[in-house]
Amino acid sequence: MKLEIKDLVVQVEGKDILKGVSLTIEKGQVHVLMGPNGSGKSTLANTLMGHPAYEVVSGSLLLDGEDITDLDPDKRARLGLFLSFQYPKEIEGVTLANFLRTAYNSLHEDNPKSMVEFHKYLKEQMALLHIDSAFSRRYLNKGFSGGEKKRAEILQMKVLDPKYMVLDETDSGLDVDALRVVSEGINTMRGPEKGLLLITHYQRILDYVTPDVISILKDGEIVKTGDASLARKIEEQGFDKVISGE
Amino acid sequence: MNDFQIDRSIYDDANEDRSVFKSNPGELSEELVREISRVKNEPEWMLEKRLKGLELWNQTPLPNWGPSLEKLDLDAIQYFIRPGLEETSSWDELPEDIKATYDKIGIPEAEQKALSGVGAQYDSEVVYHKLKEEWEKQGVVFENMDVAVQKYPDLVKKYFMSTCVPISDHKFVMLHAAVWSGGTFIYIPKGVKVTVPLQAYFRMNAKNGGQFEHTLIIADEGSEVHYVEGCSAPQFNSSSLHAGCVELHVLEGAKVRYSSVENWSKNTFNLNTKRAIVHKNGVAEWVNGNLGSGVTMLYPSSVLIGEGARSDSLGIAFAAPGQHQDTGSKVVHAAPNTHSTIVAKSISRDSGITTYRGIVSIAKNATGCSTSTVCDALLVGDEAVSHTIPVMKVYNNKVTMAHEATVGKIGEDEIFYLMSRGLSEEDAIKLIVSGFIEPVVKELPLEYAVELNKLIALEMEGSVG
Repeated sequence: MKLEIKDLVVQVEGKDILKGVSLTIEKGQVHVLMGPNGSGKSTLANTLMGHPAYEVVSGSLLLDGEDITDLDPDKRARLGLFLSFQYPKEIEGVTLANFLRTAYNSLHEDNPKSMVEFHKYLKEQMALLHIDSAFSRRYLNKGFSGGEKKRAEILQMKVLDPKYMVLDETDSGLDVDALRVVSEGINTMRGPEKGLLLITHYQRILDYVTPDVISILKDGEIVKTGDASLARKIEEQGFDKVISGE
Repeated sequence: MNDFQIDRSIYDDANEDRSVFKSNPGELSEELVREISRVKNEPEWMLEKRLKGLELWNQTPLPNWGPSLEKLDLDAIQYFIRPGLEETSSWDELPEDIKATYDKIGIPEAEQKALSGVGAQYDSEVVYHKLKEEWEKQGVVFENMDVAVQKYPDLVKKYFMSTCVPISDHKFVMLHAAVWSGGTFIYIPKGVKVTVPLQAYFRMNAKNGGQFEHTLIIADEGSEVHYVEGCSAPQFNSSSLHAGCVELHVLEGAKVRYSSVENWSKNTFNLNTKRAIVHKNGVAEWVNGNLGSGVTMLYPSSVLIGEGARSDSLGIAFAAPGQHQDTGSKVVHAAPNTHSTIVAKSISRDSGITTYRGIVSIAKNATGCSTSTVCDALLVGDEAVSHTIPVMKVYNNKVTMAHEATVGKIGEDEIFYLMSRGLSEEDAIKLIVSGFIEPVVKELPLEYAVELNKLIALEMEGSVG
C-alpha cells in the first residue's frame, strides 16, 4: 500500500514547474522531500491534493492503486489523503470546532459523530497536543500566530486521521517549543498504516522526526534519494554541493 | 395598570361584526379609504390621517433614486383586504416551491399553514397564553394595532405616525398612512423589563395585515423589551407590494431591540419603513435580515434626540439572481454625546445585486458623538454585484467617526482549503457564507438563527457551476 507519484508534469499558468517527478510514499514510512526555494515542493503538495490552479499535463497519482489524478480535493480527502498547508487560510465566523466536525462528518458519512461525541473526541485530541480547549472556539485560523496555525493543522490531521499525509513546510517559522509540539504530533501519526511526506527546507525538524527516506527536488526534478544521512550532508555542505557531488 | 386589561370580547366582536369587504385591484380612492376606516370603526382623527396620506400620495412622484420601481404595477395591487377573507385560499393552492421550502427548514405543518395565511384556525394564543398573563400583570400591552386604536386611543393618537414617522415622510409612507391595516401595538410601562422576546410570529391576525401592517412600540422610561417580528420562512403574498411601517418610541433610559427577518416572495417590492426615536440615555437596537423580495428598499433608522442616546444596527441582505436588495441604516445624532454603530453584511450570488445605502448625520450642537459604520459585501460568482453608498454629514468637529467597507469574493484558495478536508465545493461555499453572516445571526433568537442559516444554505444550492 502506497501513495505513488508517476512521471508527473505540472504547469502553473502555462509554465512547467514539475518536469517528470516520480516518488513513492510507502505506508509505514516517513518520506522527506527537501529542496531549495523554487524547486517545486509546494507545487507538488498542492497538486497531490488537487488544487485547481495546478494543471497536470502528464503523469499520474495513485493512492493505494487508485488513480486520483482527476479527482476533486474532497474526493481525495475521502480516500484518506491530507495536506497540512504552508499558509492555512483564515475563515471568518467559523469556529475551529464547527469546521472540524463538519469535515469529520464529511469524511465519515456512514458513522458521523454527534456534537457531544465530537467535542469529547476533539478535547482528547487537543489535550494530546497540549492545546488549550478554548482554542477550538476561535474562528478558523483567524488571528492565529504562525505557530498556532501550524499547530491547528496538526490538530486537524490528528482529528481527521488520514492514511497519507503531506506536510508542506509545517516546520517553517516555528520557534523551538512549537517545533517540538508539532514534531510530537507528527510522530504520533506514524505507524504501519500511515504514510507521511514531509516537505521541508531545513534539516532542523529532522532532529525530532527521524526520516526513512529523503529525496531532493531541484528545478522540478528529483535529483537525489537516500537515507537520513543525506539531510545532514545538506546541512553541512548546502544543496548545490550535495546535488553536484553526485 | 388596570387600564390595560385586555377585554377579549371587544377583540372578538370587532372581527366578527365586520362586513365582507374586499377592494378591487388598483382601487385607491377616497371612498376606499373612508370605507377602510368605517369598517374598522375608527375615530375621526384616524380617518383624517388616512385621507391626508392619500392626498399626499396623489401629489407625490415615485422616488427617483435607488432601484428601479418600473415594474411595480400600482394598478394591480389590492389596497385593502378585510381580515379573514383571504383565508379562502387553500393549502393546495400554495406554490410548490414555497411548500417545499417549509418542509426543508422543518416548520411543522400547522405553523406552515398559519404562515402561508391558510390556516386561520391555528391558535397561537395557546402558546402565549401563560406569557401573556405574566405581561398583563406588569401592565404590558401587546395588541393588534387595529384593536389598539379602539382600546388605547390616547396613546395611539399621540404616537401613531406623528413624531417618529410623519405621514408626509415619503411616497410609500403616505400610501401606508392611507391604507394601513393590522400590525402590532406594544406598550411597556415605566421600569418594566420584559425578559422573554415578544414575538409577532405566532400572533393571530398579524398575518392578515401583512401588506401594510403597522407596528408601534412605546417603551416607557427605564423599560426594556426585545421584539421579534416577521418570519424567516418565505411568506407568500399574492400582492406584489409590501409597505409596512415600524415606529419605536424609546423613552428616557429605555431599551428596545427590534429583530426581524423578512423573506417575502420574490415577486414582492418590499418598501418598508422602520424608525426609532430615542430619548435621553435610551438604546435602540436593530437586527435585520433580508432574504426575499425582488426589490427591497429598507433602511432602519434611529433619531437620537436625547443626550446619551444610542443606536446599534446590524443587518444582513442576501440577493440571488433577479433580486436587488437596497438596504442600509440611517442615524441622526440630534443631541450631544450620542453614539451609533452600523454593521451591514451583504451577499450577492450570481447576478444578484446588493446595495448598502446609509446616512449618518450629526447636528451642529451634537458634540461628543461617536459613530462607526462597517459594511462588508461578499460576492459569490463572477456576475455578482455590490454597491456601497455611505453618506456622512457632520456639522461639528467634536465627533469620532469610523467607516470601513470591504468587498470580498470567495476565493479559490479558501474553497480548496476546505475541500482538502473533505467538504464538497457547495458545502465549502455554504460554510464560508455562514461564517460571513455569523456576527449578525448570533444576535437573533435561536430558532430564527437556525432557520436563517438553513434558508441561506438553501439559497446557495446550485450556486456551484
